[in-house]
Amino acid sequence: MTRFLIRNVSVLGGAPSDLVLHDGFVAAAADGSEDVIDGSGLVVLPGLVDLHTHLREPGREDAETVETGSRAAALGGYTAVCAMANTSPVADTAGVVEQVWRLGREAGLVDVQPIGAVTVGLAGRQLAELGAMATSAATVRIFSDDGFCVGDPRLMRRALEYVKAFDGIIAQHAEEPRLTEGAQMHEGEVSTRLGLTGWPAVAEEAIIARDVLLAEHVGSRLHVCHVSTAGSVEVLRQAKARGVRVTAEVTPHHLLLTDELAASYDPVYKVNPPLRTASDVAALREALVEGVIDVVATDHAPHAVEDKECEWAYARPGMLGLETAFSIVLSVLGERWELIADRMSRTPARIAGLTGHGTDLAVGSPANLTLVDPSARRVVDPGELASRSRNTPYSGTTLPGRIVATFLRGEPTVLDGKAVK
Amino acid sequence: MASPRADTTSKIILGESDLHRVVDRIAHQILEKTSGATGTVLLGIPTRGVPLAQRLAARIHAFEDIDVPVGSLDITLYRDDLRLHATRALGKTELPGGGIDGRRVILVDDVLFSGRTVRAALDALNDVGRPSSVQLAVLVDRGHRELPIRADYVGKNIPTSPAESVRVSLTEVDGLDEVKLTGAEK
Amino acid sequence: MIKHLRSAGDLDAATATLILDTAGEMAALAGREVKKLPTLRGRTVVNLFYEDSTRTRISFEAAAKRLSADVINFSAKGSSVSKGESLKDTALTLQAMGADAVVIRHSASGAPHRLSSWVDGSVINAGDGTHEHPTQALLDAYTMRSRLGRLAGLKVAIVGDVLHSRVARSNILLLTTLGAHVTLVGPPTLIPNDVAAALSPATKVSYDLDSVLPDMDVVMMLRVQTERMQDSYFPSAREYSRRYGLDLARMRRLPEHAIVMHPGPMNRGMEITPEVADSSRSTIVEQVANGVSARMAVLYLLLGGKA
Repeated sequence: MTRFLIRNVSVLGGAPSDLVLHDGFVAAAADGSEDVIDGSGLVVLPGLVDLHTHLREPGREDAETVETGSRAAALGGYTAVCAMANTSPVADTAGVVEQVWRLGREAGLVDVQPIGAVTVGLAGRQLAELGAMATSAATVRIFSDDGFCVGDPRLMRRALEYVKAFDGIIAQHAEEPRLTEGAQMHEGEVSTRLGLTGWPAVAEEAIIARDVLLAEHVGSRLHVCHVSTAGSVEVLRQAKARGVRVTAEVTPHHLLLTDELAASYDPVYKVNPPLRTASDVAALREALVEGVIDVVATDHAPHAVEDKECEWAYARPGMLGLETAFSIVLSVLGERWELIADRMSRTPARIAGLTGHGTDLAVGSPANLTLVDPSARRVVDPGELASRSRNTPYSGTTLPGRIVATFLRGEPTVLDGKAVK
Repeated sequence: MASPRADTTSKIILGESDLHRVVDRIAHQILEKTSGATGTVLLGIPTRGVPLAQRLAARIHAFEDIDVPVGSLDITLYRDDLRLHATRALGKTELPGGGIDGRRVILVDDVLFSGRTVRAALDALNDVGRPSSVQLAVLVDRGHRELPIRADYVGKNIPTSPAESVRVSLTEVDGLDEVKLTGAEK
Repeated sequence: MIKHLRSAGDLDAATATLILDTAGEMAALAGREVKKLPTLRGRTVVNLFYEDSTRTRISFEAAAKRLSADVINFSAKGSSVSKGESLKDTALTLQAMGADAVVIRHSASGAPHRLSSWVDGSVINAGDGTHEHPTQALLDAYTMRSRLGRLAGLKVAIVGDVLHSRVARSNILLLTTLGAHVTLVGPPTLIPNDVAAALSPATKVSYDLDSVLPDMDVVMMLRVQTERMQDSYFPSAREYSRRYGLDLARMRRLPEHAIVMHPGPMNRGMEITPEVADSSRSTIVEQVANGVSARMAVLYLLLGGKA
């Protein structure tokens, strides 16, 4: 087994100290057998956990595979990712979730925790075999039709109730389908000017409002994917104040980018939910700091070139996120390390039930951690990304912070900013 | 510091009264060569050919009390050097009431140089009618023809080097009457 | 001069006026026996039409041919991601063929913007989705100026399905740039809430056609597609035409000098009655003729100089 001594590293912004990793765990003291890493100027965080990743395998291996997505995740400081169910075939059976889980283990770069579909084929008509996925080798706890909303209120109610049997959670893609038919971007001034069909904020807010009421009614856990509007924040704030068991995520891009970017008609900025206005961005940032929004999740959505190098209306929605998420969050929150660790590691690990992740780096804890250089700057070059796809909205942008090393159970997956395998 | 023009020479070739005299002379020549300007139409080439044509008509009227129809013929869309310059705004093409078919058209321009403008004017003329004959009147002929074209009426021949430029100013367009020769930068 | 004409918003007042003035010269040339000009000899104009629009394609074709450009008609109707070649691959083909200008009509908003990032030549938007149709706005402005002598200060009502109308968007932008005052009229479902903030702050909105008409110099009726009914934008064709259709009684509410415009094709009996469409106030036929002049002006100004 490998042993590392990270010298003079700041744990979550604290005074520099030495961190020893022995055989997968944080150890009390070095014994001279370790490989030494100079941690001067670096900060160590618990390994990041992403609740919302599209790995595209099986089905669209031209856009991403479990292995390439895992590598991108490790390079982004992640030690665990939750793989969304909208693959082809859809991850709506024990067989498919186990396949994804196994591919993740084989890649060995991050823990890949499959998410199961709520409904068969994401079609929104009939519950998938949620229990079979829960008791499979993949031990699925999060279920989501992400990409589609569970629009039928009765079906949503049943799903919320049903997963209580195995402490499951429904992660809802909140998008009222009738209000967003043909929608291309946020409905507002910019969509009117560009002649693109609008995706009104109310289509998200109405579903979240309905779902928190349903969750309250049946006493279930609800997780809201990629919250994007100020109005959604208000709905969540009220629900949490009432004690509803709801958690919510925001993506890095919704914390930074606005709908004005659509004016280029470059579909690299097309995403679902769409980029919103500057006042939505401000509300989301505030909600993240406050804890109304619990976590940052990437919604990493790789797409093949032909699905983005086309007309806006024909392009698939989504953007890459794993390799830039930490930098975006650092630029948005600043060096508030406790907050970053909470929103990007501890809380998502807790929501997903990933017990080995998001733990404090105390002696005896699993050595899932990432080492970051907050003072570094880098220019994003899509060609240098580990993801198989290139659809990052940050091409050519200078971002703060750099992931120097990532350890998964004490084994380095990234060293000196490069993937180990 | 020396001004950018310090190294260029600039010489007035025709002052205001010279220019008027030259226009008068062309008007007389036209009357003489066309037997009293019968069946004749003056077509100015924008920009400065248009006021020149009007002046010629006015002088002919003053001398002989004859009304010569005046019009303008824009040649921009017929130029062979469009792609060498930024896009040009179009000038006006206005043919006089009776048209030009069967008439003697006298094209009027300020400076005759390469002859390409006149070539374009002949093409343009061909598309708007069929004159019985076409003549050319210019205020200044500065030489350096690139095409087999010559003027029938020349106000003044000015020998120039190709690098020099001849600048005609007319009150109607520029606020004063003069012809200036500007030398090449050394 | 601008390189592309993708949006009427690309045009400032000086450029727009230059185009209209140039269109005036082109219109004068159209009256003579020899209509052809040698101006764009050796230049290639591609008409890339992903939507059926015979009238617009013919108008551009006539404009390009009168200027002696070589015209290639590339009809890619029915093309989409699933069938046929991608827009980008088509663009690279046109690029290899040395197209000096591509006139594109496409059902996807923003397709001309995408195209202009893939070809070196000029891109002219001949209608993209529900976005814009800038040459239609130019020919409309030209028609108004010819009929009424000016644009500055003119009061123009644009009536109908503004939400889905590329003609409306381009007209709002261009007319505002040229100093006209635009009032949008239609059912609230078809007038975007934030249209003034999005396009031009001076734009007014009214839901009552009758009250607007007495004050107008121009009333422009937009085509209303009957499939909007299925989407509940309005209850029925009958109710629509009662509230927002232009008939003789309504036309009499207009001032004596006011003109009636329609970009075509018309739904006679829906947004406009045949008597109005065929009346002496209607400029619908002139608009077609002016379309060729306006497009000649655009082609000349975009292609007639140094690239």
